[in-house]
Amino acid sequence: MEMLLDVLGWISIVAGLFFMLVGTLGVLRLPDVYTRLHGAGMTDTMGAGFLLLGMAFQTVVDMMHDHPGYWSVLVRLVFIYLFLLFTSPIATHALARAGLAGGVEPWTNEEDSQ
Amino acid sequence: MFIVATAGILVAMAMALVRAFLGPTVYDRVLAVNTFGTKTVLLIAALGFLTGRPEFLDMALVYALINFIGTIAVLKFFEYGDLGLTRRVEREAE
Repeated sequence: MEMLLDVLGWISIVAGLFFMLVGTLGVLRLPDVYTRLHGAGMTDTMGAGFLLLGMAFQTVVDMMHDHPGYWSVLVRLVFIYLFLLFTSPIATHALARAGLAGGVEPWTNEEDSQ
Repeated sequence: MFIVATAGILVAMAMALVRAFLGPTVYDRVLAVNTFGTKTVLLIAALGFLTGRPEFLDMALVYALINFIGTIAVLKFFEYGDLGLTRRVEREAE
């Protein structure tokens, strides 16, 4: 049981790192603001979600071992996740609206549109 | 193993910083700084686990709050040219 939780925790952390690095690569390489928002949004939901899930699994393993009072750590992890879950879409939406209001033209593929 | 998580988050933060420096428009820079802030939250959390002090999560929570408020404030400033107050006062005065 404990072994299983440990392995699940590390799998979640590695998956979170993967999504975070791929999302940031998207922020770096995609052509304009609106497409870059996609990479940033994926970093915030999948990357942060999986990393926090992995940390929660590790905390549960820690609780079984030698820190039985670590349930408050679990509560904090849940709070951070919920907060990111609410604020990340609001921030990306506000960014897209501000970009449109600021006159940034969405990128289109010139060859396809002709 | 948490050291791998910390190193990966640091690499992602460096990539976000590159976009913040390159970004052709101001919105690219705000986007990069926003993702940088999210990664900072996760870095603080991972560092807390790495050093065996999960109390760091309180700091991560506060940083998440500040990051969100800061992003919204900067975006509102660039969209309206102010933080909204003077425009409303002018409209009410007319």
